[in-house]
Amino acid sequence: MAADKYETHEYDVLVVGAGGAGLRAAIEASAQGVKTALVCKSLLGKAHTVMAEGGIAAALGNVYPEDNWQVHFRDTMRGGKMLNNWRMAQIHAQEAPDRVRELEEWGALFDRTIDGRILQRDFGGHRYARLAHVGDRTGLEMIRTLQTHAVHKGIDVYMECNIQRLLMDGGRVCGAFGYWRESGTFVVFKTKAVVLATGGVGKAWKFTSNSWEYTGDGIALGADVGADLIDMEMVQFHPTGMVWPPSVRGILVTEGVRGDGGTLRNASGERFMFRYIPEYFKAETADNEEEADRWYEDKKNNRRTPDLLPRDEVARAINAEVKAGRGSPHGGVFLDIASRRSPEYIKKRLPSMYHQFKQLADVDITKEPMEVGPTCHYIMGGLRVDAETTATTVPGLFAAGEVAAGLHGANRLGGNSLSDLLVFGRRAGLYAAQYAKACEGRLTVDSGQIEEIAAALLAPFNNSGGENPYAIHMALQDCMQNLVGIVRTEKELKQALDQIAALKERLTRVSVEGNRQYNPGWHLALDLRSLLSVAEAVTLGALERKESRGGHAREDYPDPDPELGKVNIVLRKKNGEWSLTREPLPEMPAELKALFEEKQ
Amino acid sequence: MADTQVIMRVWRGDATGGMFKDYQVLVQEGMVVLDVVHAIQATQAPDLAVRWNCKAGKCGSCSAEINGKPRLMCMTRMNTLDTRAPVTLAPVKTFPLIKDLVTDVSFNYEKAKTIPPLQLKAQEADGVRRMFQEDVDRVQEFHKCIECFLCQNVCHVIRDHEENKPYFAGPRLFVRLAALEMHPLDVGDRREFIRSTAGLGYCNITKCCTEVCPEDIRITDNAIIPLKERVVDEYYDPFLWLWRKIAGKA
Repeated sequence: MAADKYETHEYDVLVVGAGGAGLRAAIEASAQGVKTALVCKSLLGKAHTVMAEGGIAAALGNVYPEDNWQVHFRDTMRGGKMLNNWRMAQIHAQEAPDRVRELEEWGALFDRTIDGRILQRDFGGHRYARLAHVGDRTGLEMIRTLQTHAVHKGIDVYMECNIQRLLMDGGRVCGAFGYWRESGTFVVFKTKAVVLATGGVGKAWKFTSNSWEYTGDGIALGADVGADLIDMEMVQFHPTGMVWPPSVRGILVTEGVRGDGGTLRNASGERFMFRYIPEYFKAETADNEEEADRWYEDKKNNRRTPDLLPRDEVARAINAEVKAGRGSPHGGVFLDIASRRSPEYIKKRLPSMYHQFKQLADVDITKEPMEVGPTCHYIMGGLRVDAETTATTVPGLFAAGEVAAGLHGANRLGGNSLSDLLVFGRRAGLYAAQYAKACEGRLTVDSGQIEEIAAALLAPFNNSGGENPYAIHMALQDCMQNLVGIVRTEKELKQALDQIAALKERLTRVSVEGNRQYNPGWHLALDLRSLLSVAEAVTLGALERKESRGGHAREDYPDPDPELGKVNIVLRKKNGEWSLTREPLPEMPAELKALFEEKQ
Repeated sequence: MADTQVIMRVWRGDATGGMFKDYQVLVQEGMVVLDVVHAIQATQAPDLAVRWNCKAGKCGSCSAEINGKPRLMCMTRMNTLDTRAPVTLAPVKTFPLIKDLVTDVSFNYEKAKTIPPLQLKAQEADGVRRMFQEDVDRVQEFHKCIECFLCQNVCHVIRDHEENKPYFAGPRLFVRLAALEMHPLDVGDRREFIRSTAGLGYCNITKCCTEVCPEDIRITDNAIIPLKERVVDEYYDPFLWLWRKIAGKA
């Protein structure tokens, strides 16, 4: 049997991806007593979560006792321009504090308040200082804590193992097929349930804060077996990435810089964000510098600085300043904390930013401003999931973290990602375990399916003298950066679709050199399949949404359309072709609606 | 730095053998060694194996020996190297080679599994874990570790003595043990583990680990020496020894 030809492992729950969501899911599934495996493309502890800087949003109320889940829920929904799945946003706001305390229980050491509790910091779109943090390396603390906990629980971890396809038995998931990066040999996982926790797709863009792993794998894996995608057009460009020197362009500069007092200035030194306060946030945003600066110390009597508007607003404002010729020498704007906080404070609060600019750009952020500009950071869209259980529309397939959609709507607030990973990672592990326990009948892995996949994965070795995978990747990154960026138009989106189609055709002729052992050219050739598939889904969604909302801005439709604000754009793949529908958002109950009617 | 042509002398090979191979690369302003490796992959050697993730000094994946010095490729600017001669790029030496610049670092993950986990004391009555910043500070220094394993790579106890590996956990794991031991709420006692299983006694404080740490963790002064003091207090304190003799606890 073909299934026996390859290394084969059998589990109840297979978790794909070992960032915050995957680790938390594996911990929970294992705690439920089911046989659990965790598979990751990199070494354990290196996933993208490690790069998260600012903090974990949770209404602990340690700094502002008036904070609570209702306020967090409201901030999240408004930040997402009400396109969010309300129930996910509610669960998230309600459960985040427990998940943070749980991390502390497992050994995480957050920065402290004077009275010894978890300190919280200000971030964009959050009414109160809400982010539990460790300087500007919160993600490292989180991943290491989860990693250590998982290791001590004895969970089986398959490192540098890349899942390429899901295996199906009828309509149900029954396993996954992938390769070991080290040897290039194949591996089969037979499993009752799969949790996808593979993150996003930033590597489809040229300037991104994302690592090589962010190739849209989970979204493509799910779509390939018929799972629904929603909100794919909603891509977040983080307003502050490094812009100079060219080789570091896109590397993230934490929103914590602004949370801790930094301000954005244009070439003439103007704090330009005061000119970009949208009607939607006017009531809660300071309209003068004095009030904005007072707000850091006194939130009761002052409104929030516009430097901390949600990310979509700030990114578009920076984009507009640069386009109007008011940018910094290298095409960004200035982010100044040097003139506003003491060097000691900056080094204590933002040590890795200090380090990063000093080493990579010869800039001392305690003495001079940083140059920053938007960088592709996050996708709000992804697999459609059930709010309670994280189940996708395919039986046995669950998804949590960035690969899933709904919680963040049209725009994610900073700090809401790490909390998302914990809250829905736990739920994914819990409900995948329950599903596996209740799973009846024998699942059969079809050897024909496996052989077909194996042949497809090896095809690039047979095309000698064909296309270079690196060249295809660069062409895709240019296409998405130029045509499906921060501000979009119908004409450019259609051009992007044509280019993606051409790249897909080129991919059929891709060829790789060398053998199967640790071969990055081959790995990229295989990753391109998901990159192109997801890039196409993003572009299709962006064409369909003829309005501007959150992370999706259309030059030809610059305003929000109230009718489109009531629907998700749903994408489904059948026989390799996408179909697209508009489906109504779930209706929010009256008691939650009331939260949006009260006065500021 | 204006654009310059640089010769990169990169190790190519696997466990069965290999050799340095020269690549000529155009280096532009601001480029780090990892950028140059990517440029080689994209145009000259698509199968050149390298590990990397964040490219921002946060994940600790891209450790290598650059002109003989163990460093992160993503944080080493080309303009800090003498590029008039070829720049050599080799995999870290202490771990078995997989291919090109990639080594098998599973030693570190296996050792991590053996560390006795955190044991927190009971919660306060109101369920809040109170800790003060000054107590947390010193452990936060240890938590900065990005697991690049450069300290493990330069530690002469295992770099030149494969036979010591079973008996020695290495600086990375000592940092981890120090973090557990100094956690303000931990009540575990790992002194016997540190002395016997982790082999702290092999360390003779040459500080190579501290020098190479990209996170500037003062591994020797702040982690290893305090651990040594704890072990000494427990096992080699003459007064305690005498007391145990008298009390019959030895």
